[in-house]
Amino acid sequence: MTQNDDILIVGGGLNGPVLALALAKSGFGVTILDAAERDTHTDPDFDGRSYALALASCRLLAAIDIWDKIEDQAQPMREIKVSDGRAGEGPSPWILHFDHREMEEGPMGHMIEDRVLRTALQDAIDAHPAITHLTGARVTAQEVGPSGVTLTLASGDTLSGGMLVGADGRQSGTAARAGIGRKGWGYGQTAVVCAVSHEKDHGGIAHQFFMPAGPLAILPLTQRRSSIVWSETDARAAELMSMDDAAFLDALRPAFGSFLGEIALTGKRFSYPLGLTLADSFIAPRIALVGDAAHGVHPIAGQGLNAGLRDVAALAEVLADARRRGEDPGSAGPLGRYQQWRRFDTTTLAIATDTFNRLFSNNNPALRLVRDIGMAAVNSVPGLRTTFMREAAGLTGDLPRLMRG
Amino acid sequence: MQTATNTVDPSEIAKFEAMAAEWWDTEGKFKPLHMLNPCRLDYITTQIAAEFGRDLSTEAPFAGLRILDIGCGGGLLCEPMARLGADVVGVDAAARNIPVAQVHAEQSGLTIDYRVGTAEDMAADGEQFDVVLNMEVVEHVADPLGYLTACQQLLKPGGLHICSTINRNAKSFAMAIVGAEYVMRWLPKGTHEWSKFITPDELFDLLRKAGLTPEDRKGFQFNPVTWGWRISDRDLSVNYVTAATKPV
Repeated sequence: MTQNDDILIVGGGLNGPVLALALAKSGFGVTILDAAERDTHTDPDFDGRSYALALASCRLLAAIDIWDKIEDQAQPMREIKVSDGRAGEGPSPWILHFDHREMEEGPMGHMIEDRVLRTALQDAIDAHPAITHLTGARVTAQEVGPSGVTLTLASGDTLSGGMLVGADGRQSGTAARAGIGRKGWGYGQTAVVCAVSHEKDHGGIAHQFFMPAGPLAILPLTQRRSSIVWSETDARAAELMSMDDAAFLDALRPAFGSFLGEIALTGKRFSYPLGLTLADSFIAPRIALVGDAAHGVHPIAGQGLNAGLRDVAALAEVLADARRRGEDPGSAGPLGRYQQWRRFDTTTLAIATDTFNRLFSNNNPALRLVRDIGMAAVNSVPGLRTTFMREAAGLTGDLPRLMRG
Repeated sequence: MQTATNTVDPSEIAKFEAMAAEWWDTEGKFKPLHMLNPCRLDYITTQIAAEFGRDLSTEAPFAGLRILDIGCGGGLLCEPMARLGADVVGVDAAARNIPVAQVHAEQSGLTIDYRVGTAEDMAADGEQFDVVLNMEVVEHVADPLGYLTACQQLLKPGGLHICSTINRNAKSFAMAIVGAEYVMRWLPKGTHEWSKFITPDELFDLLRKAGLTPEDRKGFQFNPVTWGWRISDRDLSVNYVTAATKPV
């Protein structure tokens, strides 16, 4: 048989390695091409984010033998409290409350720091005999033939595989080279991200305050630390980034409140401009897009990585099924099934988070009333609240096998 | 044995490539077949693996098995079987399909022995196979018992015969002829002749008369909500599939 069984993945961040590990488990040979050098990923200053991993995402990581390596550094999220903040007044008492005790599956998710997850994934792909990990490998051309794809690298080397997966983020070169257009818009908002340590125990409770300029999330990390995601107008965010630590904490305190006692910064601040992007198609001949390359959602509900991991689990399942029944995994049939499965789901998510953000990033008294009534309504109906929690835990919809636990 | 390369006239290759592209276009003329194919393949691969003790998670699980696909068309079943390691012969009475299937197999890097002919011709030649795939053919033949007897003769003792077709009842008339041919225009009008459709009990009876032992039957059920097919244990009301073995 001359057909190339290998799958090429461009992008070595989070989705790429998770997909590689899932595919390798089904017998595929995988090559990951990462434009960055390995050290970039494991440098603690590379990415200051933490992720709210939904329960379904944790199950996927367990299925590829990553979860047991990071579980002790993950903070279970037992409750989520949502409140509507008023500028300069600090948050009002919480008006929407999700408690995992109302849901049989346990914690709604876990907080994990980017550097922890990233390092575990880099180690796992480097150790796996069926995965080739090329770092500092920049793709300059991709050519699609009737039975495979050939990539040309900046070094002049070429690589061939039966199909190509673009896991290369919002600026996906894979999508651009395939002629897949994308729609997107910015919000004029930037998220300022940092970790703080605090005097009192957070009790595994995540807080989301909806402030007029944008949401402020306080997400529990291990060891009396929390991850702060503070979304502000671009101008205000630039101001916050330029402040020294003491001035930044003075700006943060009124919004943060005093419920965790004294707070202190534990590292650098990072900033991420917020925007929404959606690829016109998630597939092209011999090509599939996953994660931000396919769809970047506003990180308002912590659903960006979770949605990406759902793509990964769905694609891994479609390709494994195709291989088991003798189909050509990179052919139009399996890729069409992946697109059909994922595109509707992610478009819905993009629209929902966009609507949510527009509704909440606003000081209009009428909208305020609407959202207060809405949150009170959700809060007072236990069945509805459980539905929201199961949605946040990623347990709704047509769940890939790898996420069913 | 004829191979893919030595039977195609080079001047005709472009034409055959275009026809192959049409056969393999999942959104084109053969879309209904492409939609059904994963479901058919799931049944076929599971039955073969169970009958011959093969593990589908391994590399080339069907290595060493000789498989015949009758009515192979563009090779939608032959290629998966070859990819799983089987030694595959595809036969089709329509001569125009053969070079088309050959061209596509070559593009896919697979070696498949495609021939023009019928099951009866091959049985007369004394060919023998471990597996005979007889999918959506029996409802088109003039003499089903004679045809199934030829299929039986093509099997080695202990061999496996998989046969799918369409049930004969009001629902299958509505779905396969009114629905697929007239309303959805999935298939050309006149593809099917309802009176030739066979019920599962009639097929089991014919299989026994042909010298085979029926082992299993399942339905292929279309779900209009997900717009896809699935295997059903109970609903054999329209499309269904059977497995039978040749006594040792």
